[in-house]
Parts: sequence; structure tokens; C-alpha cells
Amino acid sequence: MDIALHQSLGLTDDEFELIHEIQGREPNDLELAMYSVMWSEHCSYKSSRIHLKRLPTKGERVLVGPGENAGVIDAGDGVAVAIRMESHNHPSAIEPAQGAATGAGGILRDIFTMGARPIAIMDPLYVGPLDNPRQRYLLEGIVRGISSYGNSVGVPTVGGELHVENCYSGNPLVNVLCVGVLPTERLVLGKASGVGNLALLLGSSTGRDGIGGVSVLASAAFDSSNNDEAKLPSVQVGDPFEEKRLIEACLELLDSGLVVGIQDLGGAGITCATSETASRAGLGMDVDVNAIIRREPNMSPVEVMTSESQERMLAIVTPENLEMAQKICDKWEVRSSVIGHVTACEKSVGRLRVFDGFGGQLLADVPASSLAEDAPLYDRDKMKPLNFDEDLKRFDPMERIESTKSHFRDELLSLVMNPSWIYRQYDHQLFLNTIKSPGTGAALLRLHAPGVKSTKKAIALTTDGNPGWCAIDPHYGTVLTTIEAATNIAIVGANPEAVVNCLNLGNPEHKEVMWQLSSIVDGLSEGCDLLGVPVVGGNVSLYNAHNGKDIDPTPVIGMIGISEDYSAKVPDPILAARPPDSSSSLDPDNKGGQYSLFLIGGPDPFTASSKTKFQLGGSRWGRQIHELHGGYLPEINRDEIPYQIELLKTLATSGNIVGWQDIGDGGMALAIAEMVIAGGNGHVGATISEMPAYALWSELPGRVVASIANTKVSQVMSLANSKGTPIYNVGQVGGDYLVFEGFGKIGVTELTQYWNVSLSSKIFA
Amino acid sequence: MASDVGIVVFPGTNCEFDVLEAIDASGANGHLLWHGESFVPKYDSVVLAGGFAHGDYLRPGAIARFSKIMEGISKFGADGGKIVGICNGFQILTEAGLLPGALQKNRGLTFICEKVNLEVTSDKSCFTKAISPGTVVTLPINHFSGNYTNENVDELEANGQVVLRYCDNPNGSVNSIAGIRNDRGNIVGLMPHPERAISEITGGSDGLLFWKSLLET
Repeated sequence: MDIALHQSLGLTDDEFELIHEIQGREPNDLELAMYSVMWSEHCSYKSSRIHLKRLPTKGERVLVGPGENAGVIDAGDGVAVAIRMESHNHPSAIEPAQGAATGAGGILRDIFTMGARPIAIMDPLYVGPLDNPRQRYLLEGIVRGISSYGNSVGVPTVGGELHVENCYSGNPLVNVLCVGVLPTERLVLGKASGVGNLALLLGSSTGRDGIGGVSVLASAAFDSSNNDEAKLPSVQVGDPFEEKRLIEACLELLDSGLVVGIQDLGGAGITCATSETASRAGLGMDVDVNAIIRREPNMSPVEVMTSESQERMLAIVTPENLEMAQKICDKWEVRSSVIGHVTACEKSVGRLRVFDGFGGQLLADVPASSLAEDAPLYDRDKMKPLNFDEDLKRFDPMERIESTKSHFRDELLSLVMNPSWIYRQYDHQLFLNTIKSPGTGAALLRLHAPGVKSTKKAIALTTDGNPGWCAIDPHYGTVLTTIEAATNIAIVGANPEAVVNCLNLGNPEHKEVMWQLSSIVDGLSEGCDLLGVPVVGGNVSLYNAHNGKDIDPTPVIGMIGISEDYSAKVPDPILAARPPDSSSSLDPDNKGGQYSLFLIGGPDPFTASSKTKFQLGGSRWGRQIHELHGGYLPEINRDEIPYQIELLKTLATSGNIVGWQDIGDGGMALAIAEMVIAGGNGHVGATISEMPAYALWSELPGRVVASIANTKVSQVMSLANSKGTPIYNVGQVGGDYLVFEGFGKIGVTELTQYWNVSLSSKIFA
Repeated sequence: MASDVGIVVFPGTNCEFDVLEAIDASGANGHLLWHGESFVPKYDSVVLAGGFAHGDYLRPGAIARFSKIMEGISKFGADGGKIVGICNGFQILTEAGLLPGALQKNRGLTFICEKVNLEVTSDKSCFTKAISPGTVVTLPINHFSGNYTNENVDELEANGQVVLRYCDNPNGSVNSIAGIRNDRGNIVGLMPHPERAISEITGGSDGLLFWKSLLET
């Protein structure tokens, strides 16, 4: 039996009935196609919106919150910062280079749509184990895609992260965060106001690429029984040169005050841009489908209206300004054509009407807001998985902790990885803003962009995800992830200001996935409330699954912080100071034990009664070494966290810290090893006092390990005391070995060599 | 009086604002020049900034050499005007025949963005005249096609036209060449980015030596 058209477009029978009801008649094929893309999970958030409402979105600095193309915060001094995070998981699974490239391209448009010049991209990546050739192909392609697009379009990629886990083998995650800067008065919204104003389509011609990308690709799970390669035409193809000209043309249009509203074309293409802009203004729009410049002949109206061809924008201009606006487009070699005009409401409903030539046949006629806002909201069933608590107990890595005694050295070596193979392919310096480069935790950038008034401020950016924690407890795991992000922001001297997020999950038709989603939203709310930061934007990516198996829940938190003085020196993740005149060698005088290592933040790692606070559930040690995905998460003292973050921020610019690193993935053991490695040439080792093994592998968001000159210890102690934060001496800096008393030692040179070859040798295996 | 420097902007150029900032930090005035306009030779020097002019379609620099402004710039160079091409600007100068040789894809076939050490090998150029030969500087590189090749490389070396050499060849360039000059020394092309090294806060200030060289009269 043939399936009905609406089903092949991804609409359910109930949704079809609802459309019928809205229209008061049978929808035609074009109308059905328009509803199918706009009501897709990707565009409508129909399964998640009901939960996302619970997120805290208010804050003093918030100028624009969730729901617009990007969140915008006020950085003061007449400067605002736009920030957004997106996923491009499904396209990247099919065609990694183009999938990742168009992910970057799409989010850039979201940023300059707001009137902001994009100044930084970050890319958290999640793939399967790299001993599998397909995973190497995916990672190589994803990195090449981001590199080729981001570098060419002229926006630096300043950081990201790489997670390697089995659950991403069939469905990699490619998330991307973008930040832009604008003069506060240039802020524009995607609104088609003013009846009679013209809709000007800018940029690329419209082709057959990406048709139904949001519905066919992003809103269904992968399954090897289907031929996923057959979805290849649903992947868009990017052209960074077109985008670069589009950025410059749009910023010039906005600077000249020639547009009243502007909107990028992303998922669902022209249908989305026209219906959303009209709907936001409470008006309607007439569109001439023939006025849309096409890339190939014989395209049907359905194809034209739903194509996701990249590098296009819709600008709303007054008729008087049309000529001047088109002149700017011509200068930048950007195509522009009037494809429609803003219309008044009929019976208080703004209608989106599509014509075969103005004055020609009416091809589609729908209420604009019904596409944009009336998608059904689903409160899908949710359920904690069966045997969940029993499994946590059965697969608790803490049970294996004694075994680390005899394998500690090999275990540590297997966890070190030099990610520079990835970021050396990205231009991470353009605009001369990059104070902290990729590979060192949060990025720290001057708050500065061409065309925007200079400030003394800096912004800190981080992306953090920990599927290990969130698989064990999606709520509390998300709280911990949020605290980890804030820690990364604080240790470069910035104050956490706003959060964006990408919630990557499996199939929402699975009750367990909806339980994860709901728990994550509550966890994110709790984390943000604890830290006093609002959520200004987000993205939910569902159907990340392969062969019926969902990925581990992977909320990725993007956080932005502001620091008042970009020239303030903040610590690197190193053990000993570098002499002022050299960037590559350490001060030889400091090898003699003048520095000590401290754990900042409790509890006491040396006391046996602290054991339950140093849990190993979800830890890299438990997951990667023992493949145990159960256990319990480390405990935090919620009341102490805000003070601890405040303390770290104060210490960062106090001049009292030689170097430090947060205790995340791989625990204190890996944090200290990375500090040894980051010393570079002439690096120095350390001796870590004997402590229970779990304290070395447990992951402790909100806490850091710091190298402090012995002469400064009392000052740091009294600062910590004033905030009520405990601090513990865990070792001494010096020597040519990294010694973990009671566990073994590793030569500093050997450790560094191992780190250097680890990722590239896997890629080129 | 402060020097006036023209900075050429093609569609796809992206380092023009960074060059502007470097020139400003060095006490001179930078002026952005649009590729589609005629070149007016009223500047003390001209910089072709990095980026991806015309999207690097066909080959880096292959289309940019035909832009309207290039005719006047060629003449400016022939008359002894100071011209510096950085990264994509270097690629354009070789495509335009203003400098010898060509830039191929990096050995290793990946884009490379990192700091490298370089030896300044000649002070007989407008961009290195304030730097003693033998000086080692640290500058960032940021390119996919920086692998310099020249069938007459021996002649280039014999003429002393190599101005900058990688200490540890990152991209396969013949004789580790990172930058060259023309015979007269008024035209210089280099792959590293001196405009990205003008402040310790962002990783180093060795680039200031190059700007000082260009802006000295």
C-alpha cells in the first residue's frame, strides 16, 4: 500500500488533521510540504518546548533571550554580544565535511542576522572510537569541513572539545557555538514590519540541495536497515566565499540603516524565513515563487519553498531604500531580488501567500503564524529506564579502584591526548583577539571587532559536555556540567554571564529519552540558578540514535563570561613560571621546589570519610579504562559553589597563582599531567602526596589544582578562608618526573612524547 | 609626518582590519582600498592583506590578479613603490608576476595555523630593513597553500632575494623559504603574518619590527 503524502513528508495523521482544521479545507501539496518542514521537530521543538519553558531566561544583561536567531547580552560601554549554539549532527553523519561546514555557515548567519559581526566559533565534537576507520573518516572530514569553511569565511575557530565514546559511532555529534559583537544600537530583529515593505532575498541561488533536511534528516533516527546514503541529497552544500560576501553586505546594509528587519534562511528555507518574519510582526506576506533565482531548471514550487540552499538571507526594506540596498549588494557581488512584500492582516490573521508570478495563480495560502507558532506541542510520555538504579550499582567503577595501584602509570598514559592536530587546522587568531588559544580550557578573547567601539573588556568562552555524568543522572550530571563550564570561565578571570546549550538526545518517541530531556532541563535550570546565569538560547537535537540505540544524553553547555580588563594576566595551565622574556622555556631557578600544588575546594582528599564525595561514576577512568558506565556522581556542596567560583575569579587576576587547571575529565591525575605537559620545553615535574586512588581519578567540577609560589601561599589561604573555601596541599613542584607517591612515576619527557603522538597516530593509523 | 599605507581589499580578504590595527599601533595611517577601483598612487606603501580573495577559486590569487586595482599597483611597483603581500597577498603577487615562484598546497595537505620561528635573512627589503640578518623571530602562519616553489631558486638565493626562512620547515617550501623580495627590494611577499604579532597579550610582538621597517622613510 502506498503511504499518504503527509506521511512521506514526516507528518502524523493527527498533524494532518490539525492542518486540515486550520485551513478549513484539504491542504494542497505545497501547503502540506510547507507545514511538514515548519512542524518538523528541528524547526518546531514540538517535543521539547513544553520542557524548555522551565529554563531561567531573565538577567540584567539579557537584551534578547531564547526564541530569536541568537541571544544577545549587554557587555556595557555600548557594546553587545550575540551568542548561539547549534547542532549539525545528522548531516555530518552522512557527509562529514559538508555537514560540519554548513553547520558553521548556518550559525554565522544566525549571528550576523542580529547585526553582530561574528568573531569566534567553537566546535565540540563527539565521535566513536578512532580505531575504527569510519570514525577516523568522520573526524577527519568534520575537522576539514570546519577548517575549510571557518578559515575562508574569515571567522576564527577558538576552541572546542573532542569526546570519543562508543555511543557516537553511528551518530557523531557536531555542535557549534558562535559569538558576534555589535554596537548595542545596531541590534535588529527578524521582523517584517511595515505593510508594503519589500522582501529582498540576498545571496545564493536556490537549488535542490537540502530539501527536507529538517524533516527527512534531522527529525528521524539512523538505521542501518535503511540506506542512509540515500539521504545524501538532503545535506546542504556550503560556499564560504558566498557567505563572506553576504556577511559584509549585510553588515553594510545594517550600518547604513537600510533594512527594517533581516532573517537568515536555514532549516525550512524560504518558508521559514517568510513565515517567521511575518509572524513576528503580526502581519502577512505575499511571495512570488518565480522571483526566486534558481540554480537549476524545472524546480517545482515545493522544491523552491523548502530548499535549504545555503548562504541566503531575507531582508525587509522600504521601497524607497531598495535601490540603495541593491547597490550595496552589487558592490559585494551578492545577488538580490525582490521576492515578496509585507501585507496587512485579513480578519486579524497575517497570511503567507505564494503566487505563480504576482497576479498569477495562488499556489498556497496559509496563516503565517500557524506555520511558525501553531505546531502541536507534545508532552510525550517519559519514564526512568527499568533497572536503572540496579545497573548503576552493578557497574560502579569504585569497585575496581584497588586495581589502579598496579596499573596507574599505563592508565594515565592512555588518557593523555594532544588535540592540536584538530585546532592547528583552524585559523584561531583572526581579529587579533585571541588571548587564550585552543587547547588550554576556556578561550579568552578581547571584546573587539571591526566596526565596533573598542573596549578594555575580554570575553571568555567555553563549551562543556559530559555524557558520562549525564548517563548516570541526567539532572545532576547537567548541574555538574554547568558548574564545570563556570569553573572554566572563572579560572581565566571572567564572570559567568550567560548560557547557551545544545541538548543532544536520542529518539523522543522513547520514554526514557523524554525522561532524560526533562531531567536535563531541570538540571540546567538548577545549575543556572545556582550560578545566577540566564539561558539566552539553545538547541535541541533529537533522534541521535543508530539501530534503535540512543546516544547517551549529551547536553553541551556553552557559557560566556566577561572580564573587565583584557590586559590582566591570568594563569596558564602550567606548574612553574616562565621567565618574562621567553615563551618556550621555564625559569630554571624554579625547579628547586619553590612551588607547591594545592587542591582548591573541598572535601579533604586525604580523609577516608570523604570517599562518598569522590565518586567515580561517569568518570573517564571508569568509562575508558574499565568500560563501566554505572556508579555514582561526585558530591558537591551546592551552597559553597557560588563562593568558590567567585574565589577562582578573584584569584585568577590576583597574581598569586603560577598556573592551574580545573579538575574535569580524568580527575586530578590527568589535570596535573596536563599541567606538566603544558610547560613545554624544559618542563618540570611534580611529586604528589599519597592519597586514596579515588581522589586522583574522581572528577570535581568547581575545583582546581593550582601551583602556588611558597611565598604566596598564606595570601591565597586567607583569600580562600574569607570565601569559606577549603584548600589542601597535595604536592610539590620540581624534578624531572611526575611522581604519584604510592602509585608510580612517569618521566616528564616520556609523558610529553606520549601525549604528542596520541591523537595524530590514531588518525593516521 | 605619519606614513600613509593603502590596504587592498578583495571580496574574500579577511586580514585587512588586523593590518589596519598593526599599522595604527606603529603610528601610521592605514586606508582600505577596494579592489574594483583604480589605484591612485598617493600612498607611501601598499599592503595586500591575507584572506581568500575571490574565494581562492581556481587557485589562490589567480582571479585577484585581474582585479582593476592591480594594474595601478603593478605600475606603482615598477616605479619603485613599496608593496608587501602577506599570505594570500603573497600568493596574489606571484600570480601577478610581481614576485617570482609560486605557492603550492602544504606538504601534509592540511591547513596550518601555528606560531613558527623564522630567521630574517636579508635587510635589503622594504619590510625587513630595520632587522639585522640572522635575527630569529616568532610569527604565526595561517595557510593551506604556503609551500613555496621556484625552478630558479638558486638564482633567487644567489641574488639574496630570500628575506625570511623557516627554522623548522612546516609546509615543504623549497629551501625553507617563507618570504622573498624582488630584485630592488621594494616588493616583498611572505607567508607568516607580522600583523598577528603586535602584542604580548595575544602571543608576541616580533611583528612590530616588520611594520617599523615598512614605515621608516
